[in-house]
Amino acid sequence: MSNLEITFVLNGERVKVVTAPDALLVDLLRDTLGLTGTKVGCREGECGACTVLLDGKPVNSCLLPAVKAAGRSVTTIEGLAAADGTLHPLQEAFTEEGAAQCGFCTPGMILNAKALLDANPHPQEGEIRQALSGVLCRCTGYGKIVAAVKTASQSRK
Amino acid sequence: MSYQFNEFHWANDIKAGQYLQPATLAEALDMLASFGGKARVIAGGTDLVPSLRQRHLEVEALVDVSRLPGMDGIARQGEVVSLGGGVTHAQAASSPVVAEAAGLLAAGAGSVGSPQIRNVGTLAGNLIAGQPAADTSLPLLALDAWVTIASPQGQREEPLNGFFLGKGRTKLDPGREIMTGIHFKALGQGRGGSYQRLAKRKAMTLPMLVAAVVAGVDPGRKVFTGAAIALGPVAPTPLRAAQAEALLAGAPVSAESVAAAVEKASEESSPRDSCLRGSCDYRREMVKVFVRRGLADALAQAGCPLD
Ligand code: FES
Ligand code: FES
Repeated sequence: MSNLEITFVLNGERVKVVTAPDALLVDLLRDTLGLTGTKVGCREGECGACTVLLDGKPVNSCLLPAVKAAGRSVTTIEGLAAADGTLHPLQEAFTEEGAAQCGFCTPGMILNAKALLDANPHPQEGEIRQALSGVLCRCTGYGKIVAAVKTASQSRK
Repeated sequence: MSYQFNEFHWANDIKAGQYLQPATLAEALDMLASFGGKARVIAGGTDLVPSLRQRHLEVEALVDVSRLPGMDGIARQGEVVSLGGGVTHAQAASSPVVAEAAGLLAAGAGSVGSPQIRNVGTLAGNLIAGQPAADTSLPLLALDAWVTIASPQGQREEPLNGFFLGKGRTKLDPGREIMTGIHFKALGQGRGGSYQRLAKRKAMTLPMLVAAVVAGVDPGRKVFTGAAIALGPVAPTPLRAAQAEALLAGAPVSAESVAAAVEKASEESSPRDSCLRGSCDYRREMVKVFVRRGLADALAQAGCPLD
């Protein structure tokens, strides 16, 4: 095993960590860095619970070797609220709409929605559903999640 | 009774002693060579990581080619469109060059997995995985695409027609060689294409059937100058329905010609009975429906619609 030292920007802060050559990003985030907001549902790329943003784009961190984060920027759910604790508009909207039940899919839903709204601030419902299509929710039936993303898109003028 | 966590296959994580990040193609080839076939190229990793995790494959090292220079471009020179070996599904699905030159490929790339998979998975990886229902392999096969492969002996080109040897096997040796580019001739006047996909859901699902079709026509004489019909999963590899294509070459553009080709394509298909993807009989019937729709669509795009 030859461990590697990598540097990347995590939720806006530069971090330097040593990782095993075959560690996956999700484990580096959860186990080494203690950021357990990123969930593991399947470890197969099917459920999207492990979604993080890599240079602003959603990826499944359970399929991504940690080394691939080197030199790039990673955003997890912990990086959304402001430093003073003010929630991101999407987090507000999810709370308002009651878009989470068990909450296991919520980080993945919110991060995929964030990537969508960053690129397309006022999406149509079809575009929202398309953007969320890589995250499974076993509780809500999706309706309130879609409504929350709509609400968040309207709150940003 | 103690509960065995290890029973879950996902408790076994991937194993690779080294993760190598070459700066140049030559260095990447040297690294692969030094492991004598026991290293493996990784680009997006969306196919490779699950197969390492499930122990379908064991490697000593991973050689990451995704940051090699010149791998992520999409360019058109005259009639030929070239995609670098690192081009992702998301890039291909949203590229104006691809949309204009080969709408069927943009549609196929946009159907792969989920947005998260499309952001990292590559077209080259889809080809190398050699799966019969690969959403980008089929349109590329219908486009008569060819690929450039870098190996220790130098660079070579391989046509995709003939590239797939068996389920999961191709003419590229993934322990020694690197796919550096994918090329095809742009569709345009007199040549249209279509991508038809049957699946139970709109996302996160492998197709039950894909028909990728390219039709060439002489609109003046209303005859087919050629046709390419790529189907999957109806055989162990992505299939070109060569006999159906032969029926169309030189045939008049008519409902009769299309009907004959459709029957032939269905005969050439031998899908397996699958409880997830439908019975053999059902899918053979659906081959007819999808090839018919694909040809009609491709003909309309080529400027010579069926009456
Ligand atoms: S845990 Fe990564 S997709 Fe399910
Ligand atoms: S809220 Fe439970 S999985 Fe979505």
